[in-house]
Amino acid sequence: MAPLNYYLVLSAVIFAIGVAGVIVRRNVIVILMSVELMLNAVNLTFLAFARSFGSMDGQVIVFFVMTVAAAEAVVGLAIIIALFRHRRSLDPREMQLLKW
Amino acid sequence: MTLFIILAVLTVVSSLLVIFQRNVVHSAVALVAALFFIAVLFLTLDAPMIGILQVLVYAGAIMVLFLFVIMLLNPAALEPRQIPWWTLGSAAALLLVFLLMPALLNTVAPRQAAPAGPGFGSPELLGQTLFGSFVLPFEIASVLLLVAIIGAVVLAKKES
Amino acid sequence: MMIDIGIIAAKAFLVLFMVLNLAGVLGWIERKGSALIQDRIGANRASIFGFAGMGLVNTLIADPIKFLTKEDFIPPKGDRFLHTLAPCLALFPALVTFAVIPFGDVLVVAGREIVLQVANVNIGILYIFAMASLSVYGIVIGAWASNNKFSLLGGVRGAAQMVSYEIAMGLSVLGVLMIFGTLELQEIVRAQGGLLGGWLPAWGIFLQPVAFLLFFTAAVAETKRIPFDLPEGESELVAGYHVEYSGAKFLMFFTGEFAEIVTAGALVTTLFFGGWQVPYLMRDGFHLPWGGTLLLPHLVVVLLQVGAFAVKVIFFCWVQILLRWTLPRFRYDQVMRLGWKMLLPVALLNVVVTAVWIVLGERASLRP
Repeated sequence: MAPLNYYLVLSAVIFAIGVAGVIVRRNVIVILMSVELMLNAVNLTFLAFARSFGSMDGQVIVFFVMTVAAAEAVVGLAIIIALFRHRRSLDPREMQLLKW
Repeated sequence: MTLFIILAVLTVVSSLLVIFQRNVVHSAVALVAALFFIAVLFLTLDAPMIGILQVLVYAGAIMVLFLFVIMLLNPAALEPRQIPWWTLGSAAALLLVFLLMPALLNTVAPRQAAPAGPGFGSPELLGQTLFGSFVLPFEIASVLLLVAIIGAVVLAKKES
Repeated sequence: MMIDIGIIAAKAFLVLFMVLNLAGVLGWIERKGSALIQDRIGANRASIFGFAGMGLVNTLIADPIKFLTKEDFIPPKGDRFLHTLAPCLALFPALVTFAVIPFGDVLVVAGREIVLQVANVNIGILYIFAMASLSVYGIVIGAWASNNKFSLLGGVRGAAQMVSYEIAMGLSVLGVLMIFGTLELQEIVRAQGGLLGGWLPAWGIFLQPVAFLLFFTAAVAETKRIPFDLPEGESELVAGYHVEYSGAKFLMFFTGEFAEIVTAGALVTTLFFGGWQVPYLMRDGFHLPWGGTLLLPHLVVVLLQVGAFAVKVIFFCWVQILLRWTLPRFRYDQVMRLGWKMLLPVALLNVVVTAVWIVLGERASLRP
């Protein structure tokens, strides 16, 4: 196994890519996918720490993160389908009815 | 070590492709690849159960759902690239990495790569931990999933 | 060390070789079998010097040559890269699942114990489900990359159908896993070597009959063949997700489908029909429950086990082909209703009943 720091750095890079994706993309689906990428980066950190502490708790947390991610993806995609029916577009800039 | 570097490069490249591909389906395929490589990284961390669950849940279910929705809505046009946002996004990402880097590099593992005990990451141990000290969160997670199912059906159902 | 790697490579090669060839032979069985069912003669034209070999020349030599020399057509407005990637994604999962399926017990050669299974993973059955869940991509991506409305419809149907039936399939296996208390396939097969009440082999089908019906139905739905061939549905979608595929790429989809049939057959055999177990055959020979004993040399025992596994797998492949040529196709809403409103609740009920049964202490007498 590579040292813990390597895993942490890799996970930070993936997380940053996810952040950039949320900012730069103009498609709700891709934004949701970038969020998934961020969640996975965090999972990697949890598992790296679980391995170096020799404790199963980290793995259990990852299990819960996956559950939440599944729920989040399902509800998010349902919202996207509902939005698309009303607006015929996936561009987040057009969803501005509540914008002040 | 070599394995880690190969996997890390593959993961980062496919994550970058998720952002840089202008076509939604290409982004989704790149994300599937990234998730698959992350699953293999999980295997190198003595978490075989979680690695398989990653493939099963993420690649096998969540991403299929994404592709399903993409094909259902079938958005035709390619997304235009907007330079100001791209600059802002890359700057934010780079800043984040550079701010985090010193802290991450100075992190000292308490027992650097302690030898994993027998059965570490096995389904038995995961199950015992899950139904031992994490029973309450586990039950709450099941309620969360139920809420998500009902919510998704209500949201996506056509108003008659 | 080198010998170990060599043994593993040899096992992997052997299994891959057998599965691919069985998939090819199934093509012949399907054409001749359907002819038998429909009272026709079937493939008989191609011959080498007048030798047609019951259509074997036609399906095993002429057909592949035709496929491999055909023009590889990619739709001009389709997606070149994904169009090529999709058939690989369709074939890959069907082949790698075989890595964890045990095809025999332990073979002892020159004091070295060789477990007849390519990889003994402690999460074997989950690995199979993970890989099987990846087989959706071949269809979805191929359908989208073709840029054709028929294939897109087929792809959407395929994605929804396969995700739905995966859930029923996973839940139906849960009962079996609870009975045997392990995820390792080799352990599951070993546990089926016991006897129930002194004479009945402790096969999964006798312990979990409902799970068998659910699993087999879901497995047929996963292979996307009649009565569940909605993603292809010739009369509605021309050929569904592979409308725009020709030549070698179509051959890959085709081989993938047959490899999936073999996988489904092997899984049913392993989980419910004792895998490589032959009733009353122990490691040193037959021990009949009514007293007879027939000692056999080690090699004969191993060959009997591997042969039993092969016979069972081929039998279930034949059952699937029989199903395909005797049943009509479902309507799409019927497929969804069957999956979500019938298989899923029954599978959940089966899990609860099994759990209660185990807790009530039946385990002591029934668990092998």
